[in-house]
Order: sequence, then C-alpha cells, then structure tokens
Amino acid sequence: MRSVLLAMVLTLAACAQQPPKDDSLYRELGEQSGITRIVEGMLLNIAADPRIVRHFENIDIERLRDKLAEQICVEAGGPCTYTGDSMEESHKGQNLTPSDFNALVENLQEAMSAQNVPMPAQNRLLARLAPMRAQVIDR
Amino acid sequence: MTYLPRCIVLLLGLLANLACADGRLLATGGASSIEGAAGGGITPWAVLSGYGERGEWGADVFATRVETGDYRLDVAGVGVAFDNRIELSYARQRFDLGNLARGLNLPENSLSQDIFGLKVRLFGDLIYDQLPQVSLGIQHKRQKDFLIPSLVGAQRSEDTEGYLTASRLILGGAFGYNLLLNGGIRYSRANELGLLGFGGDRRDRHSVLKEGSVAVLFNPRWALGVEYREKPDNLSFAGESDWADLFLGYFPNKNLAVVLAYARLGEIATLDHQDGVYLSVQGSF
Repeated sequence: MRSVLLAMVLTLAACAQQPPKDDSLYRELGEQSGITRIVEGMLLNIAADPRIVRHFENIDIERLRDKLAEQICVEAGGPCTYTGDSMEESHKGQNLTPSDFNALVENLQEAMSAQNVPMPAQNRLLARLAPMRAQVIDR
Repeated sequence: MTYLPRCIVLLLGLLANLACADGRLLATGGASSIEGAAGGGITPWAVLSGYGERGEWGADVFATRVETGDYRLDVAGVGVAFDNRIELSYARQRFDLGNLARGLNLPENSLSQDIFGLKVRLFGDLIYDQLPQVSLGIQHKRQKDFLIPSLVGAQRSEDTEGYLTASRLILGGAFGYNLLLNGGIRYSRANELGLLGFGGDRRDRHSVLKEGSVAVLFNPRWALGVEYREKPDNLSFAGESDWADLFLGYFPNKNLAVVLAYARLGEIATLDHQDGVYLSVQGSF
C-alpha cells in the first residue's frame, strides 16, 4: 500500500515538473543571431519612419536592442532571461497610440521579411506580442 | 440625378485636403462591399473604411462590376470613417437587366438604387483586444426605378435595414497563416438587395438573415476566402437565392485594393444559375 502511494506521489511530482520547452519559434527566427538581426533591422526601419521615430530619440539604442532581443528570445521560447523593465514601466509617459503600436508592428514585419522569416513564424511571434499592446499604449 | 456624382467629386476634393492617416495595419480596412460599407464583397465586415485609427480619418472610393452572363451589376461609392469608430458610406447600384429586358420587352432595361450607410464600432478590436470587433450598421436604400418592382409585387421603393457584424483576425489561425472570421445578422426585407424594391406579395415583413465569411491571408497582401449571404424570399413571381462567392483579395499598399471573385448568385428574377465574375477596385486615403 505504502509503495503504491509512494509511486503515485513520485508520478505526480514528475508531472509537476516543467515539460521540455518548445523552442521551435526561437529556431525559426534564427536563434540568437537571427533575432539580433531582426531587432536591428526593425530599429533601422524605425529610424526611417517619421510616424514614430521621435519616440526613440534620446534613448540608449544599444541597450534597447539588447533588451528587445532578450524579450523576443524569451517570447519565442529561447534560452534567455528578460532583464529589462516591465512593458508598463518602459513606455510610461510616452502616451503611445494604437497607430504608434501598429507602426512598430509594420517595422517588425518588414525586418522579419528582410531576414526571410517564414510567414507562419512571423505570425507566431506577432501573436505572442499582440497581447502586450494594452501594456504599451496610453501609458 | 446628377447632384450625387457631383457630391462625390466634392467629397473627394475635401478628402484630398484632409490628412488621412494610416494607423491601421495593411488589409484591415477590408475592401468595399457592394452596398458601400467596408467589408468583403457581398457582406459588410465590422471593420471601418480606410486605415484611420483613433483620432484619425480614413476613406475609400470603389467601383465594382458583377457579370453573370444574363445580368450585370455596376456599383460605385465612397466610405468615410473617423476615429476607427464611425463610418458613413454611399453607394449607387445599377443592375442591367440585359437578356431579361430583351426577352420580355420590359419597359426599362436597368434598375438602380442609392444606399446610404452608417456603421458604428460598438466594442472590441479586429486583432488586439480580448473581444472581436463588433459593429452595428444601418442602411437606407432608395430604389430609383420602381415600375418593374411594383409590377412583380414589391411593396415599397424605400426602406431601412440593420445589421450586426463581428470580425476577428486570428494570428496564425490557419496552419500558421492569419485567419479572418466574420459573422453577422441582418434585419431586412430588401428584394435582391433592394433593386427589386422592399417587401413583397408573398411576405412583407423584415427577415433575420445570416451572413458570414472566412478568409486566409497568405501574407499581409493576399487574401483568399469565401462569403455567404442569406437572402429573403418575398416575391412570388420568382425565387430569390442565397448568395455565395470565392474571392481573392490583393492589397499591394494602403492606397489600393483589388478583389476578384467567382460569385454564385443562383436565381434572380426568374433566371436561374446566375454565376459570374466579380471585380472590385478600391482606392483608400
């Protein structure tokens, strides 16, 4: 009886452990180097985008690049840890609009296409980022 | 008769001077439906004309032709939206009776109507919020050539109908590709959109009619989908079929959309098997 209980407890404990992480999106984005290229491409697109470039003036672009790459890596299931501020905190006082958010999405889409990221992988990443809009706009 | 086209020209001049923004993503303004509201081809969607987001204006003009062999429908119109909240639209439809007019020696060879539309986004968002985008619309229709409709039993030449529609873009929803879902109900007694008047000898009450569409976006510029629209059956002289189509939409940029479709329109005014080609070109501002 006791051994049966023990076996059940062990089974439950095994179930409670994290399943192996799905890193297929991370790999489709080209892993660390691919994600860095996507982020750099997006920032270059933003630099040329009169709709939103003003929101990126007077900030440490290299730090932004690193934090964005970390964040995308985490969202894509990659082996990273996000060390930046919360979405609410990092957009505070900017009063970003839905249009600003969409402009950034377009710059990201262009950067992913330039890196030949397949459309389903692009959509998977956008689906991970879309719920963050509420934490980004109107702050 | 000529003041409405002049009105459109004036409106276009006005629009050209307005700074219409492009705050929404490509293709999220939809195309222009044959009744003028932003949507697919034969059904309106919950999205609003043009690409304006919060605090921005959006607008479109369009021309559409449906050719079934026996008949031809020409539509031209304009839609204006503000704040991604409210849309006003106008469409003029001209239905060429072609073979039917020649075969029956009808007194007129075409039927026309004006459609004035208002659509309001009630809540939700096409892509981002928890809830899908839901819009409520009304359309006031004025049939311009009422002699033939009155002879076949139509009760009135003018009527107002309403619709409630929901739209959602599911990112990656179709095997990794974006999936657009639309569903709506309409409260109408229009015969063949209103081209054959409103209400009939068989039934003179509004019906609750279902409509919907599903589309897959292969990338932000190309969409392939199907549409369905239930229609009432108010006139005893001929049956009225539900409509369906298969469409391919191309959105090369935020100023142009082209939709090519194969439409199955069934029986129209006694002539059956009205299948044909649908082509629509839309300019957005």
